[in-house]
Amino acid sequence: MKKILLSLASAAALVAVTGNASAAGISDDVVKIGVLTDMSGVYSDIGGEGAVIAAKMAVEDYGGKVLGKKVEVVSADHQNKPDIASAKAREWIDNEGVDVITELLNSGVGIAVQKLASEKKTITLNTGAGSTALTNKDCTKYGIHYVYDTYSLPVGTATAMVKGGGKSWFFITADYSFGHSLEQNTSKVVKEEGGKVVGGVQAPLGTTDFSSYLLQAKSSGADVIGLANAGGDFTNAVKQANEFGIVQGGQKLAGMLVFLTDVKSLGLDVAQGLNFTVAWYWDQNDQTRAFAKRFMKRHGAMPTMVQAGLYSAVTNYLKAIEAAGTDDSDAVRAQLGKMQIDDMFAKGHIRKDGLFVHDMFLARAKKPSESKGEWDLMSIERRIPGDQAFMSLDEGSCSMAK
Amino acid sequence: MSWDLVLAQAMLGLNQGVFYALLSLGLAVIFGLLNIINFAHGALYMLGALVALIGYNQLGNWIGVPDLHINFWWALILSPLLVGLFGMLIQRFTLRRIAKFDHLYGLLLTFGVALVLEGFFSNFYNTSGTPYGAKPDMLKGVVNLGFMYFPTYRLFSIIASLAVCFGTWFVIERTKLGAYLRAGTENPDLVQAFGVNVPLMITLTYGFGVALAAFAGVLAAPIYSVSPLMGADVIVVVFAVVVIGGMGSIMGSIVTGLTLGIVEGITKVVYPPAANTVIFFLMVIVLLVRPAGLFGKEG
Repeated sequence: MKKILLSLASAAALVAVTGNASAAGISDDVVKIGVLTDMSGVYSDIGGEGAVIAAKMAVEDYGGKVLGKKVEVVSADHQNKPDIASAKAREWIDNEGVDVITELLNSGVGIAVQKLASEKKTITLNTGAGSTALTNKDCTKYGIHYVYDTYSLPVGTATAMVKGGGKSWFFITADYSFGHSLEQNTSKVVKEEGGKVVGGVQAPLGTTDFSSYLLQAKSSGADVIGLANAGGDFTNAVKQANEFGIVQGGQKLAGMLVFLTDVKSLGLDVAQGLNFTVAWYWDQNDQTRAFAKRFMKRHGAMPTMVQAGLYSAVTNYLKAIEAAGTDDSDAVRAQLGKMQIDDMFAKGHIRKDGLFVHDMFLARAKKPSESKGEWDLMSIERRIPGDQAFMSLDEGSCSMAK
Repeated sequence: MSWDLVLAQAMLGLNQGVFYALLSLGLAVIFGLLNIINFAHGALYMLGALVALIGYNQLGNWIGVPDLHINFWWALILSPLLVGLFGMLIQRFTLRRIAKFDHLYGLLLTFGVALVLEGFFSNFYNTSGTPYGAKPDMLKGVVNLGFMYFPTYRLFSIIASLAVCFGTWFVIERTKLGAYLRAGTENPDLVQAFGVNVPLMITLTYGFGVALAAFAGVLAAPIYSVSPLMGADVIVVVFAVVVIGGMGSIMGSIVTGLTLGIVEGITKVVYPPAANTVIFFLMVIVLLVRPAGLFGKEG
């Protein structure tokens, strides 16, 4: 008798795990949010531990429960390797009942995990990666791209620089998919605004000494040196440009992807005057400042736009579950598409291709004399409306949206 | 492509090369005497830079003297001493215990030390890098070399590194102390029998090799950002340099380090995408043609 009961129970459990996913309510009585990020590498300041804290804050602020069931946050280090990230994502979805995977900084990781998760009907909320491929060539039914992409970054920055007299451009590009896509999109904007591209050089990812590339940029005589790279590559390039007197020599630097932590790392002495595009800055209004203050208390550093975006993405995911009355991915994804998002991170909506369309901002690194504190690093110069900042659905190539 | 441009790139390559040379020299010294493949070398290079950064930015606040900033020149002396001392502790309490075993154990242990150090400091310091602001005024600005304007500090780092490299070579190859070291490498038991304290000599040698890494770290701090991962980036290339030069050869590691820096620099202008791989490409060729390395002894 005991045996029969046991096998009945296990059969029931099996049905509960694999079975009817479209049933209302919360599968296995818990909503698990997986934060898959770079915990120890070059991008760990941008996402990393801070991203996990942002996710936990979102869950706590929501009350720790949705539809009466507990919400949990789990996290793992993807080490910037798509294969490790995919293995972890598979384990999470198959064995640990993770309902949504978020962060996913690094385009290689983002594309790989989005594909895998969608095959397994799991939503991804990508707040870290930049490649436009996520919502174009590689778009999926369950993939959402939340904070910024390589199309939106140059719109503000390159337009402003060309209008300010920076007609000829030379690129120093990170030699992988993200850098190439950024360079391509930036060149397009430069040409549309009447500027021209006079040359470029591709530097391997993780280059520590950019002086050779900078010297080539200098001898090209271009007005603007476009840095189509990110993180440590970007800060090293700017620092060394300063050392070789490039800016003093009359050429301007344009950072295509600059995070708060990069400006902090460079110091305002070096970074002052740099123009770049951001999705969010902590010192925009009372709401952002209040969030930043609480975050700072827990993390010891101000939130980057990736971390703030992750807070917003998780909150809205939970709201969507509440509204849909289930954590079933199809229902939640449909609900996310219907909702108007309006919070301290951004206002906007999530399109069919998975792109969250919202305003972006042209920012400038402050002069040391303007800064009133350790984290008082940027000023917002101009708002770029969402429909200008992001590629339109017609221009895009996502098969889901056709 | 003008000659000026090639010369300028070679000069920048030389700048990179002196760091390769300093680091691979330390590895060669350690391997020569201790037979240890010191994977912690990159982390200790990072530690050298970090100690300089802490001395300048934080130490004063920690000990209640906010105006105290250890300047660059003191850091250049103190940081290698401190990190060298730390290295000696590692050697005395961990590496010595596994000295009898296979190479592999030393490699694993030092690799572990590197992971611990990098992980530990990542908790406190920005992985995007923290600027080191203590570059002395007299080294700011640029020097006209005729074919290019070269930052004064970089020129200084080249000269200082070369002086230390050749100083080390001279001591090991041309003095009595060096003779003891080399004899200790060949036959430790016999040298011990002559009354030389070989275990102490080994500890000091490890400390010296580590100090060289820390010295390179301090020199690198004003050029690159100080980050807990700065050593992880460079160590792989340095090992390739050591393999090409031949494990354990002093002059070999210096010459190879400098040459490969220049080769890499020129590659950056001739065919930029290959800049990161050219050294490994050369390593493959050397391994095929001369497995012991260019300066290594066969067998």
